[in-house]
Amino acid sequence: MILLTFIIILMAGGLMAWIAERWVPSLSRWISLTAFVINLVMALWIWVQSNGLVHSESVWISKFSVAWIPSFGINFSLALDGLSLLLLVLTFFLGILSVAISWNEIQYRIGFFHFNILWVLAGITGVFLTTDLFLFYFFWEVMLVPMYFLIGIWGHENRRYAAYKFFIFTQASGLLMLLAIVGLYFIHGNQTGVYTFDYFQLLDTKMSPGVERWLMLGFFAAFIVKLPVVPFHSWLPDAHSQAPTAGSLILAGLLLKTGAYGLIRFVLPLFPVASAELAPWAMLLGVVGIIYGAFLAFSQTDLKRLVAYTSVSHMGFVILGVFAFNELAMQGVVMQMITHGISTGALFILAGSIYERIHTREITNMGGFWKQVPFMGTIALIFVLASLGLPGLGNFVAEFLTLIGTWQVNKVYTLVATLGIVAATAYSLRIMQKVFLGKEISHHAILDLSMREKFILVPLVVVIIGLGLFPQVVIDAAKRTFAPAAEVSYTKQVVNGNNVQTIKKGEHE
Amino acid sequence: MNSIPIEHALLLSGILFMLGLIGVLIRRNIIFMLVSVEIMLNASGLAFIIAGSKWSQPDGQVMFIFILAMAAAEVSVGLALILQIYYQLKTLDSDAANKLNG
Amino acid sequence: MNLLWLIPTLPFLGAFILVLFGSRFSRLVNSFIGAGSVGLAALITLFVGFDFLSASINAYQYVAWQWLDVAGLSAAFAFHLDALSLVFIFVITFVGFLIHVYSIEFMKDDEGFARFFAYLNLFVCSMLILVLADNLVLMYLGWEGVGLCSYLLIGFWYSEEKNGYAARKAFIVTRVGDTALAIGLFMLFQAFNTLNIQDIATQAPQLWTVGTNPPLIIALLLLGGAVGKSAQLPLQTWLPDAMAGPSPVSALIHAATMVTAGVYLIARTHVIFELAPVALIVVGTIGATTLLLAGFAALTQYDLKRVLAYSTISQIGYMFLALGVGAWSAAIFHFMIHAFFKALLFLAAGAVIMALHHEHDMFKMGGLKSKLPVIYWTFLIGAASLAALPFITAGFYSKDQILWLAWAGENGNIWFFLAALLGAFITSVYTFRMLFIVFFGEEKTHVNHAPGKLISTPLIVLAVLSLVGGFVELPHTLGHFTLFSDLLNPVLPSVSLKQDVESLEWIMQAIAAVVALSGVYIAYVFYLKSPELSDKIKESGKTLHQFWFSGWGFDRLYDALFVRPFVFLANINKNDVVDKMYEGVVTMAIGFNRLFVFTQNGILRWYLMGIVIGGIVILTIGLIIS
Repeated sequence: MILLTFIIILMAGGLMAWIAERWVPSLSRWISLTAFVINLVMALWIWVQSNGLVHSESVWISKFSVAWIPSFGINFSLALDGLSLLLLVLTFFLGILSVAISWNEIQYRIGFFHFNILWVLAGITGVFLTTDLFLFYFFWEVMLVPMYFLIGIWGHENRRYAAYKFFIFTQASGLLMLLAIVGLYFIHGNQTGVYTFDYFQLLDTKMSPGVERWLMLGFFAAFIVKLPVVPFHSWLPDAHSQAPTAGSLILAGLLLKTGAYGLIRFVLPLFPVASAELAPWAMLLGVVGIIYGAFLAFSQTDLKRLVAYTSVSHMGFVILGVFAFNELAMQGVVMQMITHGISTGALFILAGSIYERIHTREITNMGGFWKQVPFMGTIALIFVLASLGLPGLGNFVAEFLTLIGTWQVNKVYTLVATLGIVAATAYSLRIMQKVFLGKEISHHAILDLSMREKFILVPLVVVIIGLGLFPQVVIDAAKRTFAPAAEVSYTKQVVNGNNVQTIKKGEHE
Repeated sequence: MNSIPIEHALLLSGILFMLGLIGVLIRRNIIFMLVSVEIMLNASGLAFIIAGSKWSQPDGQVMFIFILAMAAAEVSVGLALILQIYYQLKTLDSDAANKLNG
Repeated sequence: MNLLWLIPTLPFLGAFILVLFGSRFSRLVNSFIGAGSVGLAALITLFVGFDFLSASINAYQYVAWQWLDVAGLSAAFAFHLDALSLVFIFVITFVGFLIHVYSIEFMKDDEGFARFFAYLNLFVCSMLILVLADNLVLMYLGWEGVGLCSYLLIGFWYSEEKNGYAARKAFIVTRVGDTALAIGLFMLFQAFNTLNIQDIATQAPQLWTVGTNPPLIIALLLLGGAVGKSAQLPLQTWLPDAMAGPSPVSALIHAATMVTAGVYLIARTHVIFELAPVALIVVGTIGATTLLLAGFAALTQYDLKRVLAYSTISQIGYMFLALGVGAWSAAIFHFMIHAFFKALLFLAAGAVIMALHHEHDMFKMGGLKSKLPVIYWTFLIGAASLAALPFITAGFYSKDQILWLAWAGENGNIWFFLAALLGAFITSVYTFRMLFIVFFGEEKTHVNHAPGKLISTPLIVLAVLSLVGGFVELPHTLGHFTLFSDLLNPVLPSVSLKQDVESLEWIMQAIAAVVALSGVYIAYVFYLKSPELSDKIKESGKTLHQFWFSGWGFDRLYDALFVRPFVFLANINKNDVVDKMYEGVVTMAIGFNRLFVFTQNGILRWYLMGIVIGGIVILTIGLIIS
C-alpha cells in the first residue's frame, strides 16, 4: 500500500500545485516540496526499517497488486526491492533539489511547472516500482509528456527544437517496446492460456531464439535510446542544454536511469539467451559511448552541452557493466546510476547558477571565477573530480567495480574503457580551467553562492563523498537483487541454449 | 418482341458515361461540370436497368430510383455550392477555386 | 602503535578545517593548523616508530572500516605498518613538516594562503594513505589523491594560463600511467581474488613460477603506473613543467615524496617483480636510460628549478636502476637521502628565487654567496650530497651502494654500472654548474629580501640530515654498518652479490669518488674559471644543446602524436557527426513533403483526372490478375 502512496502523493501533489497557482502562486512550490519530503522520508523509513537490507532474505521488500483491467490481464502491481528502493531515494532526493533550484529561476506559470515536475517524477517512481508490463509502459509515457512541457515551455532559446527531438526519439523507441510487450503477451498467452502482463509470469515464457531476439531488441531499443547509447544519444545534448536547470537535473539524474533500470529489470531476466548473444555488441556500444562521449565533451564550448556529453560517456559504463553479467559489474552499474545522478546533477545545478549570474553558457566567456566565487569553485572542483573518477568520491567506486567486473569478461573492451578515464580527466579539468581558473574575465561581477544554493549543493557534496567512502551501504541494499538474478539467467542459459556463448561468470563466484 | 441485344444497350450506357466523364474533365464552368455529372449518373442508371431487364429482376429499377433520388439531392446541394462559389469568387471557373492547394 | 590511524587523519582534519573555515581565520591560525597538523603527525610517527621497533614485530595492522565488499572483492580502509612504510611515513611527515614551516614564510603574502595549506595537508594525508594502505584499492586512492594535490598545487597560481596547462599536463600524463596500474589491479584481482597486498605477496610464488607470462604482464603494468608517477621514461615530460607550482610544492611533491611513489609501488610489490626477471631488466633499463637522458637535459637548462626537476628525474632513475637489479633496500635508502637533499635544494632554490623577486633564470643570478650565506651553505651541502662527494655527504653512501650493486649485484651488469657512473659524472657537473652560476661570479640581480628564521631553520635541519643521514648504512669497506638494510630486511629481501667480487668494492668506490670530484672540477673550469669555454661549446653544438634543452624532444613528439590529433579531431567533430545522420532523416522528410505538396494544387479537374487514372489502373490490374 505504501508503494501506491508514493505515486498518489506525487500525482495528487501535482494537481494541487496546479490548482493552487490560481490563488497563491508561491504555494505550489511549497506543495511540491512537501510532497517530495514526505516521499523521501517514507522511502528512507523503509530502508531503515529493513535494516539497510543487509540481512534481507527475500528479494522483494514489499509488493502491492490490484486488478486494473482484468479482461486483458492487466494489474496495477507494484513491487519494491533493493534496487528500486535506492533509485526511489535518489528520485525523491533529486526531486527536492529540483524544486529548490527552481525556486527563483521559474516565475512563469509556476503551478503548471510544478505539476510537470511532480508528474515526471511520479512516472519515474512508477517505472521503478511496477511489475506489470502494461503499467510499465503507461508510466514510461507518463514521464515523457511532462518532460516535453518542461523543456518546451521553460527551456532556453532553442527549446522547441530540443523538446520535439526529445519527444520523437523517446516516443519512437518506446513504441518499439510496446510492440515487444504486446508480442510477449501473446506468446505467453498462446503457450500457457494465461494472458497476462505480469512480470513474474512472463519471466517463464519460452521462446524460440529468433523470436526472443526480436522481442529483446524492442525493449533494448527503448532503453538504449533513453540511456542513451551512441549512436542514439543525439537528443540528449539538445534536451539537456535547453531544459531549465531542474529539467536538466531530472533528465540527467533520473530519466537516464530508467533506461539502465529497464535493462537490468526487464531485458536481462526476460531474454537471458538473447541478452547473452547480444552482450558483446552491447558492450562494444558501451565502450564506443565512453570514448565518443568523452571526445565530444572535450570540444564543447556550451557548458551544459559539455556536461551533457559527459553523461553520454558515463552511461557507456552502465551498458558495459550490465552486459558483463557478473555481480561486481552490476554493483558498479548501480553505483554509477546513483553517483552519476548526484555528480552530473550537481554540475547542471552549477551551470544553472552560473547562467543565472552571467546569462551565458559559453565557457569562452568565462574564466578566473575562482577569485570571486571561491565557494562555488570548491564545490565545482569536487564534482569535476567526481566526474573524472577520483577515488574517495562515489564515481570511482562505480567505475572501478564496473571495470573490474568487465575485465573478467572482455579484456580489450575494459582496456579501452579504462583509457576513457584518461579522456574523462581531459574534459573534466577543462571545465575547471575554462570556468574557474585562468585569466579573470573582469567585466562580470558575480556573487558567490546564496544560502539557498548552499543548502542545495552542500548535501550533494556530502552524499558524493559519503558514497565514495562508505559505498557498502548501497552495495548491501542492492545485493539481494543481483545474487538471484545472476543465477536465474545462468540456469536458463544452460537449459535453453547450446549454441549460445556461455555467460562467463567471474572465477571468484 | 425483338429485344435489343444487351451489348448494344451497354455500349450506349458506356458511351454516355464517357461523354459525361469527358465533360467533367474538360469543362471549367462548374454548371457544365454538374450537368456532365448528371449524364454520368444517368449512364450508370441505364446500365442498372439493362442489367435488371436482362435477369428479369426488379433490383435494377430499384437502384435507378435510388440514383434519381441521390441525383436530386446532389443537384440541390451542388447548385447551392455553386451559388456560394459564385458569390465568393465572382466566377464559375472551377480552376479558380483552388484555395485548398497544399 | 594504536595511534597509527591519527597519522593520516591529522593532516586530513587540517585540510578539512582549512577548506571550511580557512578564509575566516587569520594567517597565524591557518599556519598553526596547516603546519601543526603535520608536525603532530610527525611526532606521532616518532612514537609509533619507537613502539614498532621496540615491539620487534614485522607488521602492524589497523582496520578503520570495511570500505567495499562485493562478490569477493573486499577492500578495507586499513593501514599496514611495516619497515618499508615506516621509512616512508617518517620521510613524509618530517620532511613534510619542515616544508610546511618553510611555506609559512614563503607564502606569507599570498592571498591563497589557507588554500595552499589545505592542499598541502591534503597531499600529506593522501601520501600517507598511499604508503600505509594494506590493499591496492586503498593505495590507488592515495595514488590518485596525491595526483590530484599535485594538479591543484602546480596550478596554484591559477590566473596564469600556463600554470593551468602544466597542472593539467601533469594530471593527464600520470593518469595514463594510472590506467596501466588499474589494469594491473584488475589482473591481480582476477588471479588472486583479493587485492590485499600481503595476501598477494604470500600467494604469488605459489601460483606462478618464475619467468612465466602472467607475473610479467602484471609487473609491466604496475611499472606503467610507476613510471607515470615517478616521471620516468616515457612519461617523464610532465615533471619539468610541474615547476610552475610554488617552490615548497616542488620540494615536497615533485622531489621528496610523490614522485617516489613509483619506487614505493615497485618495492611494495617486489614479489611479483621477482617472479618476472624480464620486468626487472626493463625496470633497470628504464632507470639507466632515464638517469642519463635527464642528466643531459639538466646540463642545458637555464631555469634553476628546471635543473632541479631534471635532476629529480635522473635521481629517481637511480632508484629504478637499483630496483631493477633487485637492490630493494638500496633504492629505498637513496629515496630517503634524496628526499633530504633534494627538498633542501628546492627549498634553497625557492629562497633564492624569492630573494631575487621571482627570478628563475640562473644566468641572471650570481654572486649570492656573500649576500645569502645561510642559503649558500645549505645549498652547497645539498649540492655536494646530490653530486655524491665522497665520505662526508649522505648522497655518497646511498649512490655508491647503487653503483656498486648495479655491477656486483646478482642481476647487475656492466652496462648498468657504466650508465650509473656516467650519470654520476653528469650529476656532479650540472650540480656544480648550478652552484657556481648562482652563487659565484658577479651580482646580476639585487637581493631585496633576506630569508627569515622560518625559512632558514628547515634549510639547516635538512642540510644536517643531508650530511649525517647516510651514516645509517655504511658499505663493507667503510665501517660496514647496516642499520637501514637490517630494518628493511623483513620486508625487502637483501641482495646477493656475484661470486668473488667483494674484494673489488673499494676500487669501485674509488672510481665513483674520482668521477664525482672530476665532475666538480669540470664544472669549475667551464663555469667559474673560464666561462667563455662553455659558451664556445654551446655554440659548436647548438642543435644538440637545443635538443637537450627541450628534454630530448619528447614534448614535441607527444604533441604531434597524441595531443594535436586529439584536439583536431575533437574540434572538427564538435557538432557531432552522428547528429548529422538524424538531421539527414529530417531533411529527407522535408524533401518528401515538398514532393507531395506539388500534387495538392486545389484544382478540381486535376483531382478528378487522378481518380479516373487511378480507377483505370485498378481495373486494369484487376483484369490482369483475374
